[in-house]
Amino acid sequence: MGGSILGNRVLRKEDPKFLTTGGKYVDDLLDEPLLQNAAHVTYARSSVAHGRILSIDTSDAASMPGIIAVFTGADLGLEPKPSAFNPMATRTLLAMDKVRYVGEPLAIIVSETREQGEDASEAIIVDYDILESLIDVEQAMASTTLIYDACGSNVVFDTTALGVPENTGDNYFAGCEVVVKGRYINQRVAPCPLEVRGAAAAWGPDGRLTQWLSTQHAQGAPEPIAAANGVDVAQVHVKTPDVGGGFGAKIGTYPEDLLLGVVAKRVGRPVRWRETRSESMVGLGHGRAQLQYITIGGSRDGKVTHYQLHAFQDSGAWVDMGTILAPFMTRPMSSGVYAILNIECRTTSVVTNTTPTVAYRGAGRPEATAAIERAMDMFAAEIGKDAAEVRRLNLIPKFMEPHTTAIGGTYDVGNYEESLNRALEASDYAGWRKKQAERRANNASKQLGIGVSVYVEITGGVGTGESAKVEVIEDGSARIYTGTSPHGQGHDTSWSMLASEQTGIPMDKIELIWGDTDLVPVGTGTMGSRSLQQGGNAVYSVAGTLAEKAKSVAARLLEANEADIVLDKDKGIFHVAGTPAVSKTWADLAIAEKATGGLVHSDVIGVAGPTFPFGAHVGIVEVDIETGKVTHIAHYACDDAGTVLNPMLLEGQIHGGVAQGAAQALLEEVRYDDDGNPITSNLADYAFISAAEMPSVTVIHMETPTPNNLIGAKGIGESGTIGSTPALQSAVIDAVSHLGVRHIDMPTTAERVWSAIQQAC
Amino acid sequence: MIPAPFDYKRASSAAEAIALVGEYGEDAKFLAGGHSLLPLMKLRLAQPAVLVDIARITDLSYIRDAGDHIAIGALTRHMDVEKSPIVLQHVPLLANAASHVGDPQVRHRGTIGGSIAHADSASDLPATTLALGATYVVQGPNGVREIPANEFYVGFLESALAPDEMLTEIRVPKMNGATWGFQKFNRRAQDWAIVGVAAWKRGNESGVALVNMGSVPVLASSVSQAIASGASIAEAAELAASEAEPQSDLNASAEYRVHLAKVLVRRALESTNA
Amino acid sequence: MKVTITVNGKTHESEVEPRTLLVQYVRDTLGLTGTNIGCDTSSCGACSLHVNGESVKSCTMLAAQADGCEVTTIEGLAKDGVMHPMQTAFMENHGLQCGYCTPGMVMASISLLKENPNPTEEEVRIGLEGNLCRCTGYHNIVKSVLAAAQAK
Repeated sequence: MGGSILGNRVLRKEDPKFLTTGGKYVDDLLDEPLLQNAAHVTYARSSVAHGRILSIDTSDAASMPGIIAVFTGADLGLEPKPSAFNPMATRTLLAMDKVRYVGEPLAIIVSETREQGEDASEAIIVDYDILESLIDVEQAMASTTLIYDACGSNVVFDTTALGVPENTGDNYFAGCEVVVKGRYINQRVAPCPLEVRGAAAAWGPDGRLTQWLSTQHAQGAPEPIAAANGVDVAQVHVKTPDVGGGFGAKIGTYPEDLLLGVVAKRVGRPVRWRETRSESMVGLGHGRAQLQYITIGGSRDGKVTHYQLHAFQDSGAWVDMGTILAPFMTRPMSSGVYAILNIECRTTSVVTNTTPTVAYRGAGRPEATAAIERAMDMFAAEIGKDAAEVRRLNLIPKFMEPHTTAIGGTYDVGNYEESLNRALEASDYAGWRKKQAERRANNASKQLGIGVSVYVEITGGVGTGESAKVEVIEDGSARIYTGTSPHGQGHDTSWSMLASEQTGIPMDKIELIWGDTDLVPVGTGTMGSRSLQQGGNAVYSVAGTLAEKAKSVAARLLEANEADIVLDKDKGIFHVAGTPAVSKTWADLAIAEKATGGLVHSDVIGVAGPTFPFGAHVGIVEVDIETGKVTHIAHYACDDAGTVLNPMLLEGQIHGGVAQGAAQALLEEVRYDDDGNPITSNLADYAFISAAEMPSVTVIHMETPTPNNLIGAKGIGESGTIGSTPALQSAVIDAVSHLGVRHIDMPTTAERVWSAIQQAC
Repeated sequence: MIPAPFDYKRASSAAEAIALVGEYGEDAKFLAGGHSLLPLMKLRLAQPAVLVDIARITDLSYIRDAGDHIAIGALTRHMDVEKSPIVLQHVPLLANAASHVGDPQVRHRGTIGGSIAHADSASDLPATTLALGATYVVQGPNGVREIPANEFYVGFLESALAPDEMLTEIRVPKMNGATWGFQKFNRRAQDWAIVGVAAWKRGNESGVALVNMGSVPVLASSVSQAIASGASIAEAAELAASEAEPQSDLNASAEYRVHLAKVLVRRALESTNA
Repeated sequence: MKVTITVNGKTHESEVEPRTLLVQYVRDTLGLTGTNIGCDTSSCGACSLHVNGESVKSCTMLAAQADGCEVTTIEGLAKDGVMHPMQTAFMENHGLQCGYCTPGMVMASISLLKENPNPTEEEVRIGLEGNLCRCTGYHNIVKSVLAAAQAK
């Protein structure tokens, strides 16, 4: 008997293609029959942040070479549609009355070549009556200028409207010996998948619309596409080519996606659209963008008893997914890993004249973690104790049954102190502290900073299960149909491992099908670190059931009792126990079942609930005291994602997560000038982190399985991001804390660090 | 993204290139490696009507020991400057600065002449050649002239080159054992310098120039004068920004730039590279 | 205008606009879509390929400038179905996730090792400064390049 493949470092099946021919992304569909003769779509975009549109003159553009058509919202007869999260906010898919951010689409150019479209977009002339630009949430709340007049306010969502009481204010802390307040900016960042947005649309001879989409969730797309095109949802077929990263920003559909079918119908040709990076930096949703006011209180011996958070979420110029992350993701996780008995959290979401915010790796939990971790550091600094020890003192003790925090989050299992211990030990925390003390004593120009975070997050919070179908065909190979949507995570490999484990069919004879709404009509996609615990779990379950089903077929063919049939997974054959010489292969069974619908099983498999991965990170930085320059020199990550299916893939997720978390702590920020013009709208200005700014990452394993699914797996896609950001922000501040610095907002750029030192000295 | 349309002409000699640019006038631009010009054209910040490709003028790609100086053909690529044994031996500061330009792909295509002719104060090589007291040889319809580096940079992206003149050679005095330092302060390795410093010192003699401390590369003469009069490096470095007029931008305030210039000049001059 | 460019060993004569970028030429004219476009500013390196054996960013080079040159793209690396050692190293070390930066990253890495056959980790990191990846955190990319250097 061979051992289980599960838990092994299995190389990726999908890699040879990516490495030899490159993936087939939406812009690579040159051979697609339905897209032959496709025209190109270019969007003309607002160049002002806030203004009434007086006129849009498309005549010059329309007469340029190769231009097939130019459409405004009026030309297309677009109607305002309400936001799913606040029906009082309405917009048209192309701006018509008003523009609300730089980059908002306001006209569509259809051209023979992409270059002609780009040329023509320069020739569209828009007259605006400029309105006050609201770039900051507090400015937007104070202003009488409204971004959505019908909302009556720039506040578009508040937890008080959900019946959550307002925070009680300072008297909440009346009994505390120590009270510390903070105002933290969890800055706006750009998700920056390396592949920007793109899509293509074609109306087939059957009257159906096929749309190719670079998306994380194909099954979510037909409904909005059908609505935009005025057809029944059954008339829409969405296909997902390879997707070059998403990180949350490709969960939903965008106006640019939704209008392709409309213009394809108008011009009577299929169309392709791919934005440029400069467009993507203002058109693809942004992440984070929370302003946080915290107060933390407790006793001088280090016990935290009270915590209060008011998070102001910048929604950007549309009431999109970003609006609801604060109330539904940040708030329930606001207690973090700590047993804080008194906790209040209010969230207020505010529209501004900036790119709409959406989910971005972590989506609300990094913000919650950053706030509580920063607060813990401030509290520790105030009482003069080691930040790691103050954390330890306040951790929720190990629990293997569900635990509910004072704010109402119910976690599955947790062993936070163990993760902290492992991270401190593996990083030689004490050793770093010793080195730090030496450098301080020597007044070295480069000081060491050590940051610790302990975190818990929620994964699989989206969806309650996932669809899976496994079929075995006549050559004995298998096909898996999954409702998840890989774009780098390696589902082809992972789902094959799970199905192979159950069926004995070798991984190289298993094919994965996803992201095609005709072939996989039910699916919740890949987001919120849900894929393995829900999608993989479903594949594991359905493949197991199929193997059982197959035994009954084998019993029939072998003229034996089903109970006597065994599946030899090493060989992939069925036989009567004790007589392996007479056997049937998967191919035999598939052939036998062909007439009666095939050897297939399909189901939607539920899970018991979301899971709560946790861990601890230690980040080490070196800070040049004279210039403020920060160098990230070491990183230790202990992330407990429950049972590990493939440690190689797990580590890859952690590494990538750490890089994005480090990027937020140290480098990246989307910025606007006072008029709302983006000043980080390309990858030369936006400080997308590179290999040269990263150290290698030490991954520390820890597995505490969840009882909530068959596999025991929790999510790992976002943990690295959630744990690393606060550890690194803390490390930077720690490096200069001996100079009197208590806080530096992210990103901790050299100038910010330098300024903080100047102010403290 | 793609540039606006233009005509493309390829020159096989400097004379032909100069004649072509003369023919098309102000709308024409020389194209060497293209790594300064093409990015601007893609963003449509530059829209020349004609590009005269000079990269094939192979007799302008060379590095020669010319006695008291090193002569570098304008079309020599950054990577060739960076790795040249002659440059490494006689003007190591320049080799080091060249190794900090852009990234390896950029250095495979970009040329020293293109970088200098583009006259971007944020580029590494204009300031470095300025610190080294280089002379630029330019060729025009009326012949050849030499322009000292300290007279070359006249404004933002503006040089003393006439539109129909072409930079053909960079003459860099040998460093003769001077110590030197190149300090490039940036956010990410691939980025332009927020502030950069190229400096050398030999006894009381020195040359110091600053990257991105104003609209033109800045020769920090006050620093060199102070050192000549016997000031310590630390004292002299305090004068680093005397000639500079730095701007505030996305990456730094003017005040911070001034501070950085002082620190980086001190570090560059204290460097023991030789 | 007409250009003659040898791509992956095959010589092509093509009519292009002067403004055609080399990356558009390989993707649109030749249909070699392995080379990707990730930005507008020569920042990301997704479009990296080899011109006369050296890595360049094909978004910052005109097809006209490559006239008469030898170009190698990701599609030209494997020989007779056998992957280049760098491709193998990326596979064995999980040096890729979504795959979008991968062709450029592999091409840049090969060029890096050609110029510095035994780099340190630091030299690999600096050597890849012009290639951005959003998935891997670079950890396994760096590991892949170091492994490829060892394998030679």
